[in-house]
Amino acid sequence: MRFETDPTWLDNPVIREGLPTALWETLAMTLGSAAITAALGIVVGVLLHQSAPGGIAPQPTLHRVLGAVVNVGRSLPFLILMIAIIPITRFIAGTTVGWRAMIVPLTVGAVPFFARLVETSLREVSAGKVEAATMMGATRWEVTRKVLLPEALPGIVAGLTTTVIALIGYSAMAGAVGGGGLGATAMSYGYNRFQTDVMIAAVVLLVVVVQVVQVAGDRLARAVDHR
Amino acid sequence: MVDASSDFPAGPEGTPRPTAPALSVHDLTKVFDSRGTTVTALDAVSLVVPRSEIHGIVGRSGAGKSTLIRCLTGLEQPTSGQVVVAGEDITTLRGADLRAARRRFGVVYQHANLLDSRTAADNIALPLEIAGWDKAERDARVTELLELVGLTDRAGNHPGQLSGGQQQRVGIARALAARPEILLCDEPTSALDAATTGQILALLKELRDRLGITVVVITHEPSVVREVCDAVTLLGDGAVLEQGRLGEVIADPTTRLHRELIPLVEPAPDGLARLQVALGHPDSPVGSIDGIISLLRHEGIEADVAAATVETVAGRRVGRLLVELADAALVDRARDVLDHARLHPEVAA
Ligand SMILES: Nc1ncnc2c1ncn2[C@@H]1O[C@H](COP(=O)(O)OP(=O)(O)OP(=O)(O)O)[C@@H](O)[C@H]1O
Ligand SMILES: [Mg+2]
Repeated sequence: MRFETDPTWLDNPVIREGLPTALWETLAMTLGSAAITAALGIVVGVLLHQSAPGGIAPQPTLHRVLGAVVNVGRSLPFLILMIAIIPITRFIAGTTVGWRAMIVPLTVGAVPFFARLVETSLREVSAGKVEAATMMGATRWEVTRKVLLPEALPGIVAGLTTTVIALIGYSAMAGAVGGGGLGATAMSYGYNRFQTDVMIAAVVLLVVVVQVVQVAGDRLARAVDHR
Repeated sequence: MVDASSDFPAGPEGTPRPTAPALSVHDLTKVFDSRGTTVTALDAVSLVVPRSEIHGIVGRSGAGKSTLIRCLTGLEQPTSGQVVVAGEDITTLRGADLRAARRRFGVVYQHANLLDSRTAADNIALPLEIAGWDKAERDARVTELLELVGLTDRAGNHPGQLSGGQQQRVGIARALAARPEILLCDEPTSALDAATTGQILALLKELRDRLGITVVVITHEPSVVREVCDAVTLLGDGAVLEQGRLGEVIADPTTRLHRELIPLVEPAPDGLARLQVALGHPDSPVGSIDGIISLLRHEGIEADVAAATVETVAGRRVGRLLVELADAALVDRARDVLDHARLHPEVAA
């Protein structure tokens, strides 16, 4: 086996110098898009929930249009979405390569996914709690901010964890195509130049990052859940 | 039987009749129209609740009790009729005016509906935040309310860490927080055991006595009405079937409310001659179970008691019992004797 006989195994300069940079890029790309996704996804999720028939501000047309856009966003495979929105990426980021530019397609791909998870969590807040606040004279905004979002928080945190993990996967794909991060390193050294050790090291790092995110997300969800 | 349309007479002994009632409802009607089929959930309901009284609303499931509460607070728009609180017709209000008017009501729910994301203290503070109180005022009021409902040591607990009875106390404190004039309770004790129910009812009564608050309590439990209500309304199919002060309703064994409030557990039919009698008519010379049996014996009719419910309601000993006759041929005689003594006999199957 090449692993045992090759003296450069794991002593590869790509692993020593390239991987830390790639890891940092992956984290930056994921966390950058996750932060924007969290903000936009909560807004879209709240709009979906409020505009629904029987919601606190029913708007059938808005609900249908928003729902359709979200469904289209969710049904496109990420690779195709990334290529399809290249002009938008160039417009916003000024370029289509590198981890900074990849934040655009990652966010566009993750918002519809997370928005649905937010909507589902909001729907699980019991109608009685909303009614109680309404009877106190609360406005729609107060009901949303003081009742719906805090009560749905454990579900939203769990949804965000799932979204971040999906983003890590997408980021590897985005990197392989558009450059930057562990995905790009695994692709260009591990696959194109047959440096299996680089490939394995990149994959192991990805798995570790996913594990860390999952454990941290579970802890946070439990900390905010008082049921 | 008290006429449904009549106003209530003077308040409890000693209290002068208040000038304006806390709540008056006139001909409230609510028709639900879902895809062609219409349901009349409320049919010309009228109701007057004087200040500082506890008014019970009873009725079978589907009678319209919850719909009434939702119409009272403008959560549901009635088809017609008025709800007047402090001289203002709630049904005509919209937007900010309606939200302001809702603060005149505090609502207590069957399952408390507390927010799991907030501690007991923060749940009680919620209506104050919505009403725009500043932090120092809120904190002082919350401390006061926790003391009032006896939960000072539970201030920092989340609802999940409290028992059902404690949650309901927090729910009551929350309902009272913004100093409402009227407390609406929708089945406040239905999810609680008998001992906890007793505590919650005692608390409601104490609040009325100490704060002078007006209470409307919806319930299907006769014991709730017997123990705390000053007046009671019986709803059936959305309409007011009977209405009156508890003392009067209880004094008239012919009313449906009397039957609802003093239910009799009947034994299985076995062919024996039985008469159902009601105890407690103010003009009846007989005031006890023993009295009934000896009255019949005196007339040469051997009888026994098969089942009985006897309660003290509104200071009066009232009851309903089933008398079993040794000789079935004497049923008509026994009925005459009992009728004469104003015991309202009815031949039971
Ligand atoms: N939104 C609605 N649309 C159509 N019909 C309704 C609606 N809400 C209530 N109803 C009907 O109105 C009637 C009264 O219902 P309501 O919930 O007020 O009864 P209730 O007295 O509170 O019963 P329960 O003791 O079971 O709570 C029922 O026939 C019910 O089906
Ligand atoms: Mg109900």
